[in-house]
Amino acid sequence: MSSENGKLLPETDAGGLNFEATELTLGLPGESRVTSDGVAKLGSKRGFSETVDLSLGDNKNTNKFGQSQIDVPEAAKSPVSKAQVVGWPPVRGYAKRRTKSCKYVKVAVDGAPYLRKVDLEMYNTYQQLLTSLEDMFSCFTIRNYLSDKKLDQVNGIEYVPTYEDKDGDWMLVGDVPWQMFVESCKRLRLMKSSEAVGLAPRTPPKCSSAS
Amino acid sequence: MMNYFPDEVLEHVFDSIASHKDRNSVSLVCKSWYRIERYSRRRVFIGNCYSISPERLIARFPGLKSLTLKGKPHFADFNLVPYDWGGFVYPWIKALAESGIGLEELRLKRMVVSDESLELLSKSFANFKSLVLVSCEGFSADGLAAVAANCRFLRELDLQENEVDDHRGHWLSCFPESCTSLVSLNFACLKGEVNLGALERLVSRSPNLKSLRLNRLVPLDTLQKLLMRAPQLVDLGIGSYVHDPSSEASNKLKHAIQRCKSIVSLSGFLEVAPRCMSAIYPICGNLTTLNLSYAPGLHGNKLTKLIQHCRKLQRLWILDRIGDKGLGVVASTCKELQELRVFPSDPFGAGNDAVTEEGLVLVSAGCPKLNSLLYFCQQMTNAALITVARNCPNFIRFRLCILDPVKPDPVTNQPLDEGFGAIVQSCKRLKRLSLSGLLTDQVFLYIGMYAEQLEMLSIAFAADSDKGMLYVLNGCKKLRKLEIRDCPFGNSALLEDVGKYETMRSLWMSSCEVTLGGCKTVAEKMPSLNVEIINESDQTEFNLDEGQKVDKMYLYRTLVGHRKDAPESVWIL
Repeated sequence: MSSENGKLLPETDAGGLNFEATELTLGLPGESRVTSDGVAKLGSKRGFSETVDLSLGDNKNTNKFGQSQIDVPEAAKSPVSKAQVVGWPPVRGYAKRRTKSCKYVKVAVDGAPYLRKVDLEMYNTYQQLLTSLEDMFSCFTIRNYLSDKKLDQVNGIEYVPTYEDKDGDWMLVGDVPWQMFVESCKRLRLMKSSEAVGLAPRTPPKCSSAS
Repeated sequence: MMNYFPDEVLEHVFDSIASHKDRNSVSLVCKSWYRIERYSRRRVFIGNCYSISPERLIARFPGLKSLTLKGKPHFADFNLVPYDWGGFVYPWIKALAESGIGLEELRLKRMVVSDESLELLSKSFANFKSLVLVSCEGFSADGLAAVAANCRFLRELDLQENEVDDHRGHWLSCFPESCTSLVSLNFACLKGEVNLGALERLVSRSPNLKSLRLNRLVPLDTLQKLLMRAPQLVDLGIGSYVHDPSSEASNKLKHAIQRCKSIVSLSGFLEVAPRCMSAIYPICGNLTTLNLSYAPGLHGNKLTKLIQHCRKLQRLWILDRIGDKGLGVVASTCKELQELRVFPSDPFGAGNDAVTEEGLVLVSAGCPKLNSLLYFCQQMTNAALITVARNCPNFIRFRLCILDPVKPDPVTNQPLDEGFGAIVQSCKRLKRLSLSGLLTDQVFLYIGMYAEQLEMLSIAFAADSDKGMLYVLNGCKKLRKLEIRDCPFGNSALLEDVGKYETMRSLWMSSCEVTLGGCKTVAEKMPSLNVEIINESDQTEFNLDEGQKVDKMYLYRTLVGHRKDAPESVWIL
């Protein structure tokens, strides 16, 4: 390959270009896009430096882009997420419907030694969720306020499904429409009925259709 | 000798020439061929709606029945073009309506379609049969209602990935009882509810219905009823697919699906419970097209088990959640595979689920007929690309998108020049290529040298200098569309051969090094081109400094000069 290739290896110094490894620059037209350190000089694109700060750490990942901070306000919260560039990757805005990420929430059951996780996106209705929780914690019985009938009792202990919402409040599962619940639920807790005395309503709450 | 044949004979001969390119060539032979060809032309394809005017179209082809129009540049799909840039279909429909042309089919891509246009369309062409809208916007269910109500002989209403404003569902009820001609109905992209009863009745009275694609809000029991009424379906798009496998509803669905022995194309699953896929197995053996790219919930074993039933698959669209292992299953099962598209399920995330070069190599080894690829992946190596090039020399479309824009070969830390070089050298029929990863000028040298049939090239974050662009412009004789973003190409590349752009449909350059002065020079030298500068910044006036770098430039050849409908953010030089 031509000597141009040499510029791309971090060790070689092509000379003539003195840039701080971590500094983004606006290059002059026609200048090499790659600095002497072999850093891909994406900063030579106007507007890009407003989007991304490149910082090179000791990076086993040969991807020079591996660690980057994100400047834009609507950026992802994770500090190690990839730099977000307008229009990249080239997926259609419409196609973002594909990127429904799973909504995994922790499920705690009073008295159980460990927690489980469920993906709320897997279900369409409260009934499906509660059935699934019952499968998961098969030794327990979950009080189902929606169907107004008790599920088969196995060991006589009833549990009330509650969840923590975005505001940090503990709510009874089933009051709001399903989608709203999925969006606001941060985690689930199956509370012992005995503890829920005074909190759990004696009559099932009105809720819109479970779907 | 041909001059002695009566016109009707020539017409008859020309009728058998379907390809637009060939018909265009025919019209250039001599005056009488031009005349005969233009009167007998029924289908016209216009790749850029601003390259010609409706009036000139109508004047030349008075017998026009089918029109295909494309509007916004491709990068509009990725939010790089202002929403009001243009591409309005209304003037076309108005002109056609006023001309008395018997339009029967209208196919639009990336155009702005208002309800008003749809209404006018529905009322102006008595024999209108087919409306296909792809990636369009600007209309609501009201426009659809007009089409349903007024197009008495409608055969096809195909809505693909459109942004539809309003979601009132009554439009389906607007198909009159007398409408029994439907062959294809696709409303998968609509977000709102539809009148399920009306849908069932419509399907019941459409014995010719071959293609039906439902939206997310069509529930399972409706799906089951529809399938019972339309066992002749060839193409099915499932909306909601969530049920309890042990339930009565599930049994009924299985039975209904099994009756549909003609289904060869399956898509949708806009809502899916993976444990229910076994109901589909009976028809999997017939499938030639499968699109699961809207079903992120389908992955792992459930997905691979499904694919293992699909031995006849020719086209597969899938999410990268399938993983390299899953692609291995595709490779060993789908020996007839021609087209593979792997979409990212989490484009901005850490990419834990993504595919790598391994999956692609497996597919290339197992599927020798592979000729069309769109592959979003975590990483790619030169070695893998070289292997793929060797295994699959038949690529017509090769679009690779490494999620990290400038990622080199992770094994060797080299740019991917050699890998893509192998692809263009091996795939002599390559017409479309999208590059990604770390790339120097070298890859463009290869492209210019070997990609003789290349018609469309997409470049992002690549190259070291103007040389890259020059290699392409000089080498690729058949190049029609070139779209470039974030590359160090400047005026000397842009201005080297401005005549070249007249042989192309369009050139897009954004975040490159070209300046206002350079663009102005192109515009001055080539009056047959529209050179548009798109400036979306807040400044109300364009900076008139010639040395100012241009944010976005879109130039295209045209026979009708500057368009009059450009918004404030677009300056036509």
